[in-house]
Amino acid sequence: MFKVVLHRLLMSVPLVVVVTLLTFVLNSLAPGDMAMTILGADGTREQYEALRIELGLDRPLLVQYLSWLGHAVQGDLGVSHFTKETVTSLLNPRLGVSVSIMVGVLVVCLSVGLMLGVASALQGGWVGRAIDAFSLVGLIFPSFWLALVLISVFAVTLRWLPATGYVFFSESPKDWALSLVLPIFSVAMYSITSIAKQTRDAMNDVMGRDFIRGLRACGLPERSVIWKHALRNAALPVVTVLGLVMIGAISGTVFVERVFVLPGLGSLAVSAALNKDILLLQGVTLYFTLMTVAINLMVDLSYGWLNPKVRLS
Amino acid sequence: MSAAATQTPNASFMRRLLSRPLAVVALLWLVLLLVLSIGAPVFAPLDPLEQDLLALKQLPSAEHWLGTDALGRDVFSRMVHGVSLTIAGVIEAVVMASLLGLSLGVSAGYFGGLWDRCVQQYVSLVQSLPTMLIMLAVLAVFGQAMLPAMVTLGVMGSAGVSRVLRSVTLAVREELYIAAARISGLSDAHIIVRHVLPRIAGPVIVQMSLFAAIAVIVQTGISFLGLGVAPPAPTWGSMIFEASASLNDFPWLLVPSGGVVALTVLSFGLLGDSLRDASTESWSRPAVRQSVKARQAIQPKDLPKDSLLSLRDVTIVTGTGSATRTLVQGVNLDLKQGETLGIVGESGSGKTLTSLSLMGLLPPGVHVSTGTAVINGEVIDLSNEKRLTQLRGATVGMIFQEPMAALDPCFTIGHQLAEVIRLQGLGAAQVQAKVMALLEQVKIPNPQDVAKRYPHQISGGMAQRVGIARALASEPRILLADEPTTALDVTVQAEILALLRSLSQSRQMAVVLVTHDWGVVADICDRAMVLRHGQVLESATVVDLFHRPQHPYTQALLAANPHSAKPGDVLPTVDDKLMNITGVAP
Amino acid sequence: MNTAPLLQVQDLRVDFTQGQGKVFQALKGVSLSIHPGETVGLVGESGSGKTTLGRVILGLTEATQGQILFDGEDITHASRARRRTLGRDIQVVFQDPYGSLNPARTVGDTLAEPLLSDKSLRTQDIAQRIAEVLQRVGMPADTAQRYPGQFSGGQRQRIAIARAVIAKPRLIVCDEPVSALDLSVQAQVLNLLKELQQSMGLAMLFISHDLTVVRHVSHRTVVLYRGDIVEQGDANQVHEHPQHPYTRALLAAAPVPDPLVQRERRAQFDLARQALAAAT
Repeated sequence: MFKVVLHRLLMSVPLVVVVTLLTFVLNSLAPGDMAMTILGADGTREQYEALRIELGLDRPLLVQYLSWLGHAVQGDLGVSHFTKETVTSLLNPRLGVSVSIMVGVLVVCLSVGLMLGVASALQGGWVGRAIDAFSLVGLIFPSFWLALVLISVFAVTLRWLPATGYVFFSESPKDWALSLVLPIFSVAMYSITSIAKQTRDAMNDVMGRDFIRGLRACGLPERSVIWKHALRNAALPVVTVLGLVMIGAISGTVFVERVFVLPGLGSLAVSAALNKDILLLQGVTLYFTLMTVAINLMVDLSYGWLNPKVRLS
Repeated sequence: MSAAATQTPNASFMRRLLSRPLAVVALLWLVLLLVLSIGAPVFAPLDPLEQDLLALKQLPSAEHWLGTDALGRDVFSRMVHGVSLTIAGVIEAVVMASLLGLSLGVSAGYFGGLWDRCVQQYVSLVQSLPTMLIMLAVLAVFGQAMLPAMVTLGVMGSAGVSRVLRSVTLAVREELYIAAARISGLSDAHIIVRHVLPRIAGPVIVQMSLFAAIAVIVQTGISFLGLGVAPPAPTWGSMIFEASASLNDFPWLLVPSGGVVALTVLSFGLLGDSLRDASTESWSRPAVRQSVKARQAIQPKDLPKDSLLSLRDVTIVTGTGSATRTLVQGVNLDLKQGETLGIVGESGSGKTLTSLSLMGLLPPGVHVSTGTAVINGEVIDLSNEKRLTQLRGATVGMIFQEPMAALDPCFTIGHQLAEVIRLQGLGAAQVQAKVMALLEQVKIPNPQDVAKRYPHQISGGMAQRVGIARALASEPRILLADEPTTALDVTVQAEILALLRSLSQSRQMAVVLVTHDWGVVADICDRAMVLRHGQVLESATVVDLFHRPQHPYTQALLAANPHSAKPGDVLPTVDDKLMNITGVAP
Repeated sequence: MNTAPLLQVQDLRVDFTQGQGKVFQALKGVSLSIHPGETVGLVGESGSGKTTLGRVILGLTEATQGQILFDGEDITHASRARRRTLGRDIQVVFQDPYGSLNPARTVGDTLAEPLLSDKSLRTQDIAQRIAEVLQRVGMPADTAQRYPGQFSGGQRQRIAIARAVIAKPRLIVCDEPVSALDLSVQAQVLNLLKELQQSMGLAMLFISHDLTVVRHVSHRTVVLYRGDIVEQGDANQVHEHPQHPYTRALLAAAPVPDPLVQRERRAQFDLARQALAAAT
């Protein structure tokens, strides 16, 4: 298992480098640069050139990137030229918001998605079809549209939940939870469907296998056959999909945080992109990529734990 | 074979696809969108940009079919004019994803080796990329154009597509006919074109449909954020954004904006699912077990006095109504304790189904239409699944043909044995002791070591011994063995048969042995019956059956057995005429 | 035999790496030869290396060490181009009649494949050869237009044999050709193989786990155990007077379809098993 962790961490280094390099190059190529945006229309040419040198924008792109990387490894992500605060101090408070959403999505996804998938696999007939139809909802509507509908129903009409805004856990745990319900479900709808579908397919496949017949032939009770043996075997392909789904959920938070006006990393990414605040955007990218690495690592560990062939090699 | 098999596989595929109404509806919707994207002004004559300040936020009416928005613009017109952007974006993304995914996936799957490993690393890297961040970066560079963003989406999506295509290509590459083609002298390019591409055509189209669904949503999201398109051009995404601004007083706008996206995504998704179902020749739902009402058991007459197990008039069918096929017809069987009965027949004779019916473990879609079992004097109708389930393990045990596949790969041998033993209500220490005792009884060396192993760590012969141990754990009086040694080497087979023999004697267990191998019948069976096309042709003691076979089919089969033939020129064969004979031996 | 051997395998070693540095020795230095017009039966159980040997001859698996000579030419590491032309001389019949024919192509398409590399043949020639070979294996003339799914296992195997002989090869590797067939059709296919071999003067390598089946078609028998040849010789000799304990154990273990005889053999088998345990 240690080898699994090591392998994943080694593979993550090129991932982080590629992603941050790619976003750095692309954002630097964008028309207009930071110096221009800071000075606005009034600046003189000399001021512009001087600011460029001061910001280090005159150096070759690769040198700029390596300089950033070198600092990043030491924990220094630079200073945002718009707010004059360090990037890390801008990002860290927002990390909790995004992580809260992601963890919430994971929990909802696993519990609801798995249940729906197993139910759909075992119940043929109209129950199965009803579950399929319900699951379809999350698949075909964009997460931000669902968010709007949920707001319209639960916040505007029923007034059960807040429409926008985020309450920190330290201020009020109850309000914190309430403020997260709609955002989590908006992101999770798609994930629930994917997990439900994958679980259903995996369960159908497993239930057709010989060892299920062998277990029944020994007189084992059906609930043990399904919940202990079948689900355990079906979990393997589901875990792989879960990783992909969670990575997709990261993208989902970008939209949902904007709709619900949540101070998370996703909404920051959009404004940083629109403002061409390169250092801030690099910081956000790095954080997101690290979240991806964490997800992949958890998937690998789960897979290794579930699959004896991997665990023992 | 049915008449349908004479059609080319592609023709029957189209037929299957078009027979699903949902697929047809989905196709029609997508065709409609295509038409609208080309000729928007024809279908929506009202100017999408024209603002009618006197008709703000109106619900649908005769003049404005989907109402108007906050600036008085006609919603229906905006929707129709937005189609072309969506369609264009989808096409760009899908073409990119398919071309790249196809070339990477097929080449990686077919050629393997270093290239395959590189592609796999590339794919897992790309799948780990945070999509929206890359899209934001691309959009920052090419702000007002959708094309670069959609192409980038295509590149990122190609990773998932290539993964699927790679595994399909791998599956094809493993087929024996590919090896035969290589041996016959076909070049790789020739093999790919001739054998691989036709096989992946289906999955490619499925992946394209499913990815198109994703592309619609991403494209809508980009325009929702206000990127990718120069304002004030109407797009589906910007319509959703406008709906969000009017959420408090005019939520109606949500309906057309979200509805049209949903319908399009749904159509792509349905099309993809239908294509997948049509190409794999099976429906996405598995055949569900029919629940048959338990019939009243009828006491059979003329039962032998000392029979432990008797079956009377077992008939097994598949399908319903006019499509019913009889797989097993009127089988009778009697078995004494300590006796081994062989059921011998070729493939399709119904021998396995007969044994499964006693356990209530028939596959989905197959059920018993009549049949009575008498076990230990108790009369049970074979439709009574509840009673049969209760008998599993403790009264009737079973071992199967593929010993490794009969064990759960996720649990250790010891755990799986303990699980069954615990059903008897023993304490933990007793359970452990019994696990060891069982493993020793089936003559497994180093039982402590083996108990800690997983099924993939033991050989086939050992797995079958474990299977026997598990079946014996609940001390059944009757053991059903379905081709237990067919998958094993002949030396291992001899040992397993010897084991079964000794266990049957020491425990006075009745054994039903299903096999196609006459040598196995001669080895351990006391009596045997010959099954063909679901009917019992002959039943006798083993000595009588081999030395004085009554039925012409049995005689021909015994004569045609290469193992009984004298080494000479030509082996006697079963005449084709003889293959059609039915009827029971006198 | 006084003629030069058609195929010579010399000191063939095949190793498979299994990750983490573990190496599995499938063949440990095997030598045998096959003469023109001769059938050599290769017998072994799982793990004996018999399938690997067939695959190396066919070019599907790489040899680690040793040589394969075909008609005097070293083909051990033949180039892809050479392998393609070798396909006209060395052909194969596989075990699985369901997997060895592409279900999406007509039988005629599949039968044409070995002839495609011969540029001198026109379409009519190919069609005629297909018709001839189908008649040879006892299949009706319209078989070429139909799909493999419409035929039984035994019929498909005959089609596979037709594909193997259509290019008039000199050597055919048969990898367990009857093991997946019902007993009632095994005899038909074995007879067909024997008849074709005699009339076409083919050399055959007949791989099987079943000594009795091998005996019916082979002139000589080679017994493999865990990557080594333990016995070889005239087929009847090996069957009636086996020398090596493993061969004896193999013969003793196979149950005979005669209950009275089998009862006696059971006792013999126990003795042979003890001897093998002492010898290895």
